[in-house]
Amino acid sequence: MSIDTVVSRRAVLAKIGLAFNFVVGAILAVPIVRYLMSPVARGRSGGYLDWLSLGGLEQFPVGQTRLATYHNPVRSGWDGETADIPCWVRNIDGQNFQVFAINCAHLGCPVRWFPQSNLFMCPCHGGAYYQDGSHASGPPPRGLFQYSYKIDDGQLFIKAGETPTTGSPTASLNGKGPSCS
Amino acid sequence: MQLIRRIGSWFDARLQLGKEIRETAEHPVPRESASWFYVFGSAALITFGLQLVTGILLATVYVPSAGEAWNSLQVLNHDIALGWFIRALHGWGSNFMVAIVLIHMVQVFLFGAYKYPRELTWILGVMLLLVTLGMAFTGQVLRFDQDAYWGLGIGASIASRVPFAGPWLVNLLLGGPIIAGATLSRFFAIHVFLIPGLLIGFVCLHVLLVLKLGVNEWPVPGRIVRRATYLREYHQLTHTKGVPFVPFAVWKDILFSGFVLLSVAACAVFFGPFGPGGPPDPTIIQTAPRPDFFFLWIYAALAFLPPAVETPLLLTAPVVGIALLLLLPFFAGEGEKSWKRRPIAVFTVLLAAVALGSFTQLGLHTPWSPVMDAWSSMPIPREFLHGRTALERRGAIVFQEKQCRNCHSLDGQGGKRGPALDRVALRLTSDQLVRQVIQGGGNMPAFGKNLSPAETTAVVAFLHTLHPAGQAPARDAAQDVALGADHARTPYR
Repeated sequence: MSIDTVVSRRAVLAKIGLAFNFVVGAILAVPIVRYLMSPVARGRSGGYLDWLSLGGLEQFPVGQTRLATYHNPVRSGWDGETADIPCWVRNIDGQNFQVFAINCAHLGCPVRWFPQSNLFMCPCHGGAYYQDGSHASGPPPRGLFQYSYKIDDGQLFIKAGETPTTGSPTASLNGKGPSCS
Repeated sequence: MQLIRRIGSWFDARLQLGKEIRETAEHPVPRESASWFYVFGSAALITFGLQLVTGILLATVYVPSAGEAWNSLQVLNHDIALGWFIRALHGWGSNFMVAIVLIHMVQVFLFGAYKYPRELTWILGVMLLLVTLGMAFTGQVLRFDQDAYWGLGIGASIASRVPFAGPWLVNLLLGGPIIAGATLSRFFAIHVFLIPGLLIGFVCLHVLLVLKLGVNEWPVPGRIVRRATYLREYHQLTHTKGVPFVPFAVWKDILFSGFVLLSVAACAVFFGPFGPGGPPDPTIIQTAPRPDFFFLWIYAALAFLPPAVETPLLLTAPVVGIALLLLLPFFAGEGEKSWKRRPIAVFTVLLAAVALGSFTQLGLHTPWSPVMDAWSSMPIPREFLHGRTALERRGAIVFQEKQCRNCHSLDGQGGKRGPALDRVALRLTSDQLVRQVIQGGGNMPAFGKNLSPAETTAVVAFLHTLHPAGQAPARDAAQDVALGADHARTPYR
């Protein structure tokens, strides 16, 4: 038996070893990728997009727009203050409401309501919206995002659980064309 | 002394690194390259070292939990001896590191040091710039305050605009559908483990390449880089006219690094740590989020992009920019090194500097944002009310109450989003003012549904008084002819 054949047999074994490690690596990669992707998968399951209470209707006087807060439905124990998410509730006539996301449709900064001029103004890039959430001026490409709402047992509920962004699925469902005031 | 030498040789007998270290230290560099222009690379390295040390020190106290991070920063600032100083060193060290990396890059670019055979050194340098900026952004998130919270929102909004994968990316970025505990935890992991690991790896390769390929020679106009001849020419240059790196060049590196560290410490002492700002409570909406200094230019650019091109530009500009930087040594790998013979290179640097500088300046002043409290905090200047009729003064009240002031300044005070109105009566007739107020337009909201006819009359009467004493307000001459000259004086002056 020559040296060459011995070496080549070792080389084949080394290659088999490499292939074996490659297979093991691939097997390990599956749970690792699954773990890394868990926010994407988890986002579509339990608690995501729930009916969440904003409190009793008496907090929202007719004809006014008030700040309300809901609890993030997919919360963890260490969220701290970030677990409470604000939104704007407009009581149009006691029967019909509009619930706007706090996030500007441009880049998500918190819009502020000015009852004197009936405008929402954004502090970041100067977006402004009318009281019905439609775009008034500035860079936002659309009106404010709106949550679906329902009234149950004297309480106002909204369907929430996701930061509204231009690309998010809920954004395309709600508030594309804000209802006329 | 004898003892030190014996300990040294004990280690060297085992490590056997002494010869390599001595050869590395004394490797020849071109005589002119032992220059003050060549100190920025080592200065960037020393600031990274400072960030590493202060970062570890901060991690001994900082709590990477959304519920506790802000409190732990307060403890660092106020309760722990010199905790504020370590935070300030880390914060200022970050600014210095970004600045020095940028200066280093400009110097390398202008001196043609990215050309053959140093292409890979440049590419690793671009990666180092990116990870340094990544550290700066994630570090700003770890300072978990209002700005960090809403900054994450801006990041999520940008990520959401990616076609198809947008919503997934948002969830990946935030660790869930909403900014919460998971968000801070992952940014902590990225800032403390992932990016530093990459940074250390890139730095090692970058420095290794500098040692293997040699320090760039001083560019001389007319000395052309050619693949066929460069290596021989460089070898000749360093071995005939070269000087050993230690001590001929290294003393400048050491002195400058010391100066940089001292400057960081001085800034830390005099200006203190950055924030944290208000607590990361999204229900406190009285806030105007701002990114840190080195990201202000992006923040400013986002105010000016028209909606139609915003998304395409946001998603393609960074990719194109990074690709251009990475490909630079491949389309300009040979030729002149001297900036004196490379006018396009010089103008590119100037253009980038002017653009970044202007946008940063704008980002510091945000003229596009309404001044949210102008209507209640900035009274109408006296001279605009003196000797006015009751109707005009009523109009001034409407002007304040309807928050016109948030976007329009009077006497230099108020928002800069809309035009200043000190002389508006010279530009617009009463009828045009009525139309503008009621219908809006030109990026102004319409106030028609929000003003009673009486209020409109009053505010337009007030606006019509806004002109310099010696100049008559604008009027519609055709109206004078049709309705008689008297009409022009009523109902407004």
